[in-house]
Order: sequence, then structure tokens, then C-alpha cells
Amino acid sequence: MTTQTKTPKSVEQRTDVTIRFAGDSGDGMQLTGTQFTRTSAIFGNDISTFPDFPAEIRAPAGTLAGVSGFQVHFGSEELHTPGDIVDTLVAFNPAALKKNIDDVAEGGLVIVNEDSFGATDLKKAGFATNPLDDDTLSKYRLIRIPATKLTKEALKDSPLGARAVDRCKNFFALGLVSWLYGRPLEPVIDWIDKKFGKNPDVADANRAVLKVGHAYGETCEYFEHTYRVDKASLPAGKYRRIAGNDATALGFVAAAKLAGKELFYGSYPITPASDVLHALSRYKHFRVKTFQAEDEIAAICSSIGAAFAGDLATTGTSGPGLALKGEALGLAVMTELPLVVLNVQRGGPSTGLPTKTEQADLFQAMYGRNGECPLIVIAAKSPSDCFDAAIEACRLAVKHMTPVILLTDGYIANGEEPWSIPDVNKLPKIEVTHPTKINTNGDGSEGFLPYKRDENLVRPWALPGTPTLQHRIGGLEKQDGTGNVNYEPLNHEHMIATRAKKVALVAKDIPDQVVEGPTEGDLLVVGWGGTYGALKSACERVRGQGKKVAHCHVRHLNPFPSNFGDVLKRYKKVLVAELNCGQLRFILRATYLVDAAALNKVQGKPFLISEVENKINELLAK
Amino acid sequence: MSTEALPQLTAKDFASDQEIRWCPGCGDYAILAQVKKVMPELGIPLEKMVFVSGIGCSSRFPYYMNTYGFHSIHGRAPAVATGVKLANPELTVFVVTGDGDGLSIGGNHLIHAIRRNLDVNILLFNNRIYGLTKGQYSPTSEIGKKTKSTPMGSVDNPLHPLSIAIGAEASFVARTVDRNVQHMAQMIKRAAEHKGTSFIEIYQNCNIFNDGAFLFATEKDQKDDTTVYIEHGKPMIFGKDNDKGIRLNGLEPEIVSLKDGTTKEDDLLFHDEKLAEPSLAYMLSRMRYPEFPEPMGVLRCVDQPLFELGMQKQIDDAIKAKGPGKLEDILLEGDTWDV
Ligand SMILES: Cc1ncc(C[n+]2csc(CCOP(=O)(O)OP(=O)(O)O)c2C)c(N)n1
Ligand code: SF4
Ligand SMILES: [Mg+2]
Repeated sequence: MTTQTKTPKSVEQRTDVTIRFAGDSGDGMQLTGTQFTRTSAIFGNDISTFPDFPAEIRAPAGTLAGVSGFQVHFGSEELHTPGDIVDTLVAFNPAALKKNIDDVAEGGLVIVNEDSFGATDLKKAGFATNPLDDDTLSKYRLIRIPATKLTKEALKDSPLGARAVDRCKNFFALGLVSWLYGRPLEPVIDWIDKKFGKNPDVADANRAVLKVGHAYGETCEYFEHTYRVDKASLPAGKYRRIAGNDATALGFVAAAKLAGKELFYGSYPITPASDVLHALSRYKHFRVKTFQAEDEIAAICSSIGAAFAGDLATTGTSGPGLALKGEALGLAVMTELPLVVLNVQRGGPSTGLPTKTEQADLFQAMYGRNGECPLIVIAAKSPSDCFDAAIEACRLAVKHMTPVILLTDGYIANGEEPWSIPDVNKLPKIEVTHPTKINTNGDGSEGFLPYKRDENLVRPWALPGTPTLQHRIGGLEKQDGTGNVNYEPLNHEHMIATRAKKVALVAKDIPDQVVEGPTEGDLLVVGWGGTYGALKSACERVRGQGKKVAHCHVRHLNPFPSNFGDVLKRYKKVLVAELNCGQLRFILRATYLVDAAALNKVQGKPFLISEVENKINELLAK
Repeated sequence: MSTEALPQLTAKDFASDQEIRWCPGCGDYAILAQVKKVMPELGIPLEKMVFVSGIGCSSRFPYYMNTYGFHSIHGRAPAVATGVKLANPELTVFVVTGDGDGLSIGGNHLIHAIRRNLDVNILLFNNRIYGLTKGQYSPTSEIGKKTKSTPMGSVDNPLHPLSIAIGAEASFVARTVDRNVQHMAQMIKRAAEHKGTSFIEIYQNCNIFNDGAFLFATEKDQKDDTTVYIEHGKPMIFGKDNDKGIRLNGLEPEIVSLKDGTTKEDDLLFHDEKLAEPSLAYMLSRMRYPEFPEPMGVLRCVDQPLFELGMQKQIDDAIKAKGPGKLEDILLEGDTWDV
């Protein structure tokens, strides 16, 4: 076991570092991680984060089930993932140590709050003996800090009660780690002042403990060196941190502005989608209408009603909620109304893993309805990309008069990255037209034909309130043109073909599929959604070793870009990597008769770069 | 709004060009006729009206109206209507639903629409049967109902639409019956004029699968003794010779005779539809044939805040406080830095 050595400190330069803060749900690890991330981002590093919290709000204290973690990867180079291997683990109790230690690099730093390693704590985590005292941690550099004790000492004159004092100890860790990685304290202090301004005792206490933690690093002499991670050279621009759910919400608001519409968001709370509802409910000054419905069915149905009446209508949920929305999605397909359905995917089936990530709703998005019921499906690839994807979903919905399912996932929904804030004036306008006159022609009949189509087979969006255009829509099969109920066999076949063709024609309105890497070669790695960073990084690595491997990440999942079939043919092998049991691969095989190989993972966790890299190498070696 | 006088519309203007497909003799015809008759009296242009329905015989209704219409999916009309109204509060919105549509599959949406109190009018056609699916018992069928799905009679307890609506905090609750067209017209008009969610239960005969379910309330020789037409401020008197009344005995209603002179009108229960406390309305909703005459008329009509106005007010307040939203501002929220 490496114990605390007393050698003078030198500074070690690193291109990137991954830190994980882990503790009991009540230990404030999410906050510690977020503040460290904030500071790093403001400092100028590239960042990528991965919060990982339990489904239970407060599982019994000290148990494995109650462990909450926050991983932050920061670097002086471009980063695309929250990091495969943890360089520094801050573990606030034995359960956190146990649950996270396997992810720490050999020789990595393990900083523990030794005050929380009492007999009961150890027992709750299932340790027979104290891992700090035997050779459990011999592969790592262990730093034991008496964080609870030192926090108490630092606050012995504070008017706060014992529990409130204890709650400050995460700031001790934050101060210490900030010192270790040369991060300034000012951003945290500013935040404390703002957050606890009304509660000066708490603000004073947190500030004091933060500084004590920082000073402790300087004086304790347990660390061989401190670390420096320089600013990253990101493209010029104004930056902020953004999590996927916030970006999605902003994208919806932006789309409404670009379309000159009011935004309607009908939703029913569900992890991990609720934050979109929370975010949008703060944008009332944009005339955003958020409607917390009685269930997901009402959420989508109210959105369908709002679309009929002329709002930019959106609804958001996660897997189980999408299942409930299935019948109404069919109604939106049948009535050909514009609607965006956000599905922030989580582990399934059923209630599954509410707080963990997965990509297993692709089939549900593509096919999860009765009848022949095609609609547009797109996916966002990173936290900041949710902004663009949300705008794209809205654009396609109103332009093609069809529901669009926008897939994100728990990983990018909660993960953060720096975002080069776009210039509002450069965002593309979304054209919307509503007819004001009857559209019958030639045949002498008067009236309005709600299903008279344009060259893209798109029907007019006539709004209630418009004189002379009264019409009725509904879920029954209808005659093309008039929209009147019609059960004739050939009409039904014609309508099914027409609805399918309308969606297929969207391929003309989306960009070609691009690849990163060589335009032909030995292997094409295909992915979609939140796996972008891991796949990109893995492909860059093997290309660095001289391998002819390209990466293509699919945004438009239905319809696919027109050139996609050709792209797939330009490589000797195709690997589809996804966090499910092979759903996109199944579709690609059926659509393009391509003999694609699979890399699948369903552990509620994102891919590690190394997992993808290994699979690529394995395929290339065959 | 245009200042020109609206052209005088007639019932005919409200008829669409679609062939009506209800069974001959169905009570739905009478309801359609009365709705078309009342609509012109509201002074609302055709294009400002939206009829939203679910699925069922009754829910075909919107196809027959020359207004905007949405025949949605089973049970979900209240939710669709909520979206329509929130998107454009200037529209006059009607929901047409059935006893199965509104109280079985859509029960949840119905109670939540009612409690929110949007200015939407809900017409529930209660024929105590599933018509469109050819005659299964419904949540309003009486115990023991023999149908295709209950050959030995149903065993589950029915629920009572008016009680549900009142329990869901309805601001307007009324009942009428398809055969009393004048009364139905009055009820529809009052519902339309009420600001807030109006809920009308309309007893509707399904002459194919549940014929005569409401004979007690429509047949000449008995209806006066089996129904009581209630009016605000008036004592509850019924009977062929207006010789019976409802009196309160403790917390229970009782039927009393006015014939022998021992009970006077003043002793009777006087209807008050405006009571803030819904107990009276609820008690009336529990009066059932054959123990009691069933109340017809407006049980409850009170002012309650409108959901859509509440939502609009928050939007207006937010704009007042923060100014009209500027995209630049929210994109720049939180910490930013320059590279
Ligand atoms: C999801 C779904 N389940 C079942 C049905 C079948 N269905 C259509 S109408 C109906 C019952 C209608 O009864 P009610 O609402 O009383 O209307 P009525 O026909 O009596 O007017 C049922 C069960 C359906 N259309 N959709
Ligand atoms: S089945 Fe009954 S409710 Fe349906 S149309 Fe025929 S008579 Fe009317
Ligand atoms: Mg019925």
C-alpha cells in the first residue's frame, strides 16, 4: 500500500484528467462535481461530464444503492466523452469506494473521507474489514483525509447546527481537489455568495470550509505533486456549459421564434425527461405554454389539439411514456399534423433503469404503433447537439406536416459539455404558411380540401378560426383531398402509400450522410445518438495507428439520407455500435442488405472508448 | 374583431355535407338537431367553433357540424380539446363524448378537464351502453345488465356522471334528456354561456342495444313522477299534478306530498345552483329512479377561475417582469466565457 508520503510538490502537466466524485446521495456529490466542472469550463478547459445518480431520492444512507456519482473529464484537448478511466476518485464513504474503485486507473489517486469509515459504515457497504487498512487499495495512491473532523474544526465558531456543519464537508473536498488541479476558487465563492446570499451563516460556513480544504492540500504534504491542465484551444466564440435537456428546451424555444409561433409543451413528469419541462416552464416570457397533463396520453393529445389550433406543438417523455403515446401518435400520423415528440431514452423494458442511459427505444420510435404508421425519427448526438436536433425536428414537423420523434438519452440529457453559443441571427428561419382561402379548383365544387397535397405530398395547415375553411379531421381512414371518411379498399391502400411516400420524400430535405475519416476503407463504424463521442474518439485513435476506419453517425433515422446505402458499400466491413441489442443494425440489414457486425452494450452505461477500440481491432484482425 | 354585424346564421348553416350514419331512431339525431338549433343563438361565427370528440357512435358528431371538428381517439377528447383551447382561447370548444368514451377509457381525462375548468363545453351522451362496439354494458349500466359481454348480468356497480363531475369540482353541471328537446336546447345554451367547463349529461336512447333505458324519464304517463325539473330559486316540486315535493330531512332528501296541506311549499327544498359548497348539487346527483325522481336541469353553476386565463396571466406577468423573451438572453444564461 502506498501511504501518505511527505515529499515536496512538483507540478505535473496533463492533457486531460478524469475525476469522479462519489458519495452518499446526501453528501452533495452532484453539487461538488458541477462546481468543479463550472470552474474548469470557465478556466478554459474542454469538459465532458457524466452524472450518475440512484433512482431512489434517498436510499438508506451509506448503502451501495444510495451512492451518487459525478464524473468530469477536463482537458487541454478536445474531449468527446466523460472519460473511460478515472484518474482521481473522491470517495465520501465505503459504499462509494466499493462501487467505484474498479473504474480507477492503476496508480490513480483515491481520496477518501476517513471519518466515514467507521464499523457501521463499513458494514453497510459490505466490507468485512476496513479497506483503508488492508491491501485492498494497494494498486492505488490512497489519500486519507479526515474531512468530517476538519470541517467541524473549521466551523467550531459557526452558529450552524451539527447537521448543517456536517453538510459542508463536500466543500472541503472541492477545495482540496481545486488545489490539486490548480483551479481558482473565485468562481465557487461567487456561486456560494449568490446561492446562499440570503443565508449568510451557510454562505460563510461553505466559504470557510472550501478555503480550509484548499489550504489543507498546500500544508498536508501528502501529495507528491499537483497537476496542471492547460486551457483547450477550442474554436473561437462565446461559450457556456450545456446539458442536453437544457439544450433541447432552448432548441424548442428557438424553433418557435424561428417559426413565428407560440410553443406548446404538453408533458407528464418522468425521469430523465422532466428537466425539459422544468426548463421550458421558466420561459413563459417567450409565451411558452407548458402543460403538465394528467398522464402521457393527455400530454400528447393536448399537444395534438394545440397543433390543430396552430401552436408549435411538442411533447416530451421517456420510454414508458412513449409507449403510452403510441395510439395518439397514430392519430397525429393520420391527421397529418405537425408535432414533435421528444423521447429521452432510459434503460428498459418497463420501468427498467430510470436514471441510466440506453438506446433501446429505436424500434419503438420506428414501429411502435398499430397499422402502417411511418413518421420522421431523428436523434441528437451530444448535449449541445440537442439544440440543433430540436430545431431540426420542429422544422421537419411543420414543413412536412407530420409527427417527428426526437430521440435523446439519459447520458446526453444530463451530461454537460462546453457549447459555442450560436449567433441567433444565423439560425435558419422556419417557414410556416396557413391557408386563408378555399383551395378547390377546376372541378367546380366549392369548399376546402384539407388533404389536398403539394408536390411534397404535404397537406395544408388550416387553422380553426379561419373563415370558410371549416373542416373535420380524425383517426378514421379518409379520402385523399376531401378528408371525408372513406373505407374503400383501394383508397386505403392509396392513403397508406401516400403517407409513407410523404415521409420518404423528407429524404430530399435532409443533408447527405457524412463520414468522419476516409471516404472508403476497411471499416465503417456506424452509430447514432449519444454514443457519438465514444465512437468518434475510438475511430480517431485507430486512425492514429494508421488504420482505414471511418465513423458515420446517423442523425436522420427515418428516412435515412439518400446516399446512406452508397456510403455503407464503400467499406469492406461495417460495424454498428449501439447501446441496445442491435436495433439500428437490424434496420440497416433489412434496408440495405449489409452484413453489418454489432457492438452492443446494455448496462445502463455509455460506451468506453476502449470497448469500441477493442471491437474495431478485433474486426480488423479477422 | 370586426365591427360588422354577423350575418344571421341558421341551423342549416351548421350542417355539414356529410351523410349522417346513426341508426334510424337513435337519440343522437335529436341532440344534433338541438345543437344546430342553439348554435346560431350564440352569435359565434362558424369558424370560431371546434367540436372535438372521442370514439363511439356519439363521437361521430363533429362530422355532421359545419364547424371545425376533430374526431380523435377513444376517451381522449377532453385532452385534445384542452390543447385546442390553450392554443387559441378565442375558439368556442365543445367536447362530445359517450358514457364509455368519457367515463371508462377516458375517465381520467374527463375529471382532469373538469377540475381545470377551461371554458369548454362537454356533452356526454349517456345511453348506458357501448353502442359502436355493438352492445356491451358500460360503466353507467345498471347492475344486472344483460348484454353480449354479460350474459348473466353485470355485477359491477355503475357510476353516475353528475356525481363524478361534481366530485371533480365542476363549475357547471346539468342533465337533460333527448326526448325533451326544449329543455335540452335550454341546457345547451346555458352550458355554452357559462364561463368554465360545462358538463351536461344527456340521457340518450340507443334504440338498437339499450332501447327504452330512459322510458321512465320520457314516457308521458310516468315522467312527471320520475323526474323533477329543477330551477334556481324554486322549490322542488314534481308529479303530474304538481303535488309532490322534495324536502330535506336532516342531510337526506325525502319525498313529501303537498296534497293534504300539512307540508307547504316553503318547507320544500329550494334549488340554489350557485352555492359555493357543492353538497346540495351532489345530493341531487344521487337522487335516482325509482327511489326518487331524477333531477333535470342545472344542478350547479358557479364562477371559478379559468385555466386558460390563469395560464395567460402567468405569461403576461412574466413578460411584464422580464420583458418579451429574447433568444440571445437565454442562450447566454449562466456562466459564459470567451475563447
Ligand atoms: C383504444 C380503443 N379501445 C377500444 C375501442 C373500441 N370502442 C369503440 S367505441 C367503444 C365504446 C363506445 O361507447 P360509448 O362511449 O358509450 O359510445 P356510444 O357508441 O355508446 O355512443 C369502444 C369500446 C377503440 N375504438 N379504441
Ligand atoms: S347503435 Fe345505438 S347509439 Fe349507436 S347509432 Fe345505433 S342507436 Fe345510436
Ligand atoms: Mg354509450
